[in-house]
Amino acid sequence: MTERLDGPAPAVPREEETSRGGASGPADTPSTKLRLGPSPAVAIAFLLPAALLLGVWVVYPIVYSLFRSLFDASGTGFVGLGNYATIFTDGNMLTTIRNNLIWVVVAPIVVTTLGLIFAVLTERIRWATAFKLIVFMPMAVSLMAAGVIFRLVYDEAPDKGVANAILTTVHDTFSSSQGYPEARPREGAQSAVAAQNGGVVTKQAVQAGQPVLVPIVGVKPAVMPKNAQPAKAPTGGGGLAGTVWFDFTPGGGGAPNQVDSGEKGLPGMTVEAVKDGQVAGTATTAEDGSFRFEGLPAGSYVVRLPQSNFKAAYNGLTWLGPTLITPAIIGAFVWVWAGFAMVLIAAGLAAIPRDALEAARIDGATEWQVFRRITIPLLSPVLLVVFVTMIINTLKVFDLVFIIAPSSVQPQANVVALEMWRVAFGGGNNQGLGSALAIFLLILVLPFMIMNIRRFRRENA
Amino acid sequence: MTTATATAAPAGLQTGAPRRGLASKIVDRVGSGVVQVLMVLLGVFWLVPTIGLFVVSLRTVDVNNAEGWWTVFTKPAELTIKNYSDLLASGFTSSFWNTVAITVPTTILVIGIAAMAAYAFAWMEFKGRDSLFLVVVGLLIVPIQIALIPIAAMYGGMGIFGSIPGVVLFHTAFGLPFAIFLLRNFFVGIPASLLEAARMDGAPEWKIFVSVVFPLGKPAIASLGIFQFLWVWNDMLIALVFANPENQPMTKALQSQMRQFGSNIDILSSGAFLSLIIPLILFFAFQRYFVQGMMAGSVK
Repeated sequence: MTERLDGPAPAVPREEETSRGGASGPADTPSTKLRLGPSPAVAIAFLLPAALLLGVWVVYPIVYSLFRSLFDASGTGFVGLGNYATIFTDGNMLTTIRNNLIWVVVAPIVVTTLGLIFAVLTERIRWATAFKLIVFMPMAVSLMAAGVIFRLVYDEAPDKGVANAILTTVHDTFSSSQGYPEARPREGAQSAVAAQNGGVVTKQAVQAGQPVLVPIVGVKPAVMPKNAQPAKAPTGGGGLAGTVWFDFTPGGGGAPNQVDSGEKGLPGMTVEAVKDGQVAGTATTAEDGSFRFEGLPAGSYVVRLPQSNFKAAYNGLTWLGPTLITPAIIGAFVWVWAGFAMVLIAAGLAAIPRDALEAARIDGATEWQVFRRITIPLLSPVLLVVFVTMIINTLKVFDLVFIIAPSSVQPQANVVALEMWRVAFGGGNNQGLGSALAIFLLILVLPFMIMNIRRFRRENA
Repeated sequence: MTTATATAAPAGLQTGAPRRGLASKIVDRVGSGVVQVLMVLLGVFWLVPTIGLFVVSLRTVDVNNAEGWWTVFTKPAELTIKNYSDLLASGFTSSFWNTVAITVPTTILVIGIAAMAAYAFAWMEFKGRDSLFLVVVGLLIVPIQIALIPIAAMYGGMGIFGSIPGVVLFHTAFGLPFAIFLLRNFFVGIPASLLEAARMDGAPEWKIFVSVVFPLGKPAIASLGIFQFLWVWNDMLIALVFANPENQPMTKALQSQMRQFGSNIDILSSGAFLSLIIPLILFFAFQRYFVQGMMAGSVK
């Protein structure tokens, strides 16, 4: 497939030095055609529709915007560079520019790196085509739909949004405690337990065969796990055992410090058996609140519920809140564009002469050295193209921010392209400032425009 | 995008093997196993968001607000096509047809107008041709934002603000630089002898264009067509400014529901999924051309 992608080479080598001022004509047309070619009038006829559309819809607006940006909102008062001053002094505008800066610094690097990694790795699997299709697919999806997709992914509730579901699952795998914020032991002379250092300990040392009752109060209904079963007083059996339960009978009744019917166990509590200040064993309460230390040597222990039980449960991150919104949207951007980078870099990779790599390997270079010293330098033109394309895309990013950021967070997620729309059309109705922002955007992409032109002239000279 | 890498992969892995000891072969094996697992994980990671949207679109608002879409694997009975039937009954179909009415004419116009200009740039001599083409190269990355305010004012004066023709013309103009660039680079590669033969026979230029250049340019035109179609189909910004509510395409219709994301999730998920079905079909059917157009547009 790459054969044509390298671009069609000029059919006939250039023979004549054209007199068109400078040797950098883009088209290497054969000289013989000069005699046979049509008159300029025909050429003009062929160009006219395109010239008309480009002139009226693209070139004229640049001039108009430049002019319009020097006037105020109503278009009657001349304000000079006042609108541009606003861009660089207004607090919200500065947030906007800062966000664009984050975008430009982070997104192109992440996309290019990921594209490179994917391109290299796909060379090592047999189902490369399938993988490439999957990663490339988001390119066909509208950014609007991608926005809806990621609004769902980033839903804050871990039982609805995939991102937080994954985070909490990973987190809970490594620290299993269920959080019971603000819960505390039932204290008093009758109680066998007391609060200590934010956790709960038994007042006296306990032994196996002597059930440990840990009554807890102040458990908020919201944090009560759905799988909690009615608490069971621990029945006899081997080892140190006990029950942690919510010592509260719904509807009244029940005796404090006793497991009454209707009272529920507190599942997922971490319980430690402590001897001489050392943790000798750990257990987790079951759905009915009971726990049992397996394989604990006989003896007296203090049973402790560490402080971690009484912290709020980990619920993931507030992706769509003011702090994380820009990184979250960049994540969606990477999802969309990584395929583009991968496919372009993979084509560049396939074009690298195998002999160069082989020669280095025979000379004893490690795979990493080959990659670092040969592959990367040979790929650098493609990497640059991907990188620059991504910079241009990040400068113009609009849809993803507009859709993913909830309206209350949009000021914190704002970017120049979005602010331009908001100011001029989304309620702002200030076309002077809007024009200045559009010109600002144009100035931001101008270096890349010049770069494109110079590259084109060089390649076609 | 497959052939080259498929043949390259075994070569890259196996060549050093005869020289290496058993240990490094084992390392290779384990390494390739790790790579396989990693790639499967990455593939799943890339697919999950879209699958999520699809499942959400097949469940009622209440179910979606109560639990995550992945519970579908334990409770498949909750699936329903109610969201889709509601959506089609709500007038969303008219925005679907608006999308079609904007996308199809734009694609045809861009191909036709750009092909003519590209032919002139590639095979006709006229004064200032090269500098004019450099202008086109420069216009490739002009941000759309620059034209929103001026063209809105112009359309207001012409009385076509909010209409479909206004949207189509805007899209067409901004599609042209890429289209001319892509086609001109392809047309330059057409063998000169073919054109010279036709010219020697005295065929008029429009006839050469229609019967020689256009047919020979088909692969590039197909790439461009796919690209242009998807670009317009997926646009939101231009529609947001230039299409009034009765002419709005799907993207704008959906955007207007975003404010109450949670309670409108039925319309949003099914609408978003409907809007991406046609692009996905096109993508899978013509991915070759899609990739070609992308590469020709950026690498060249």
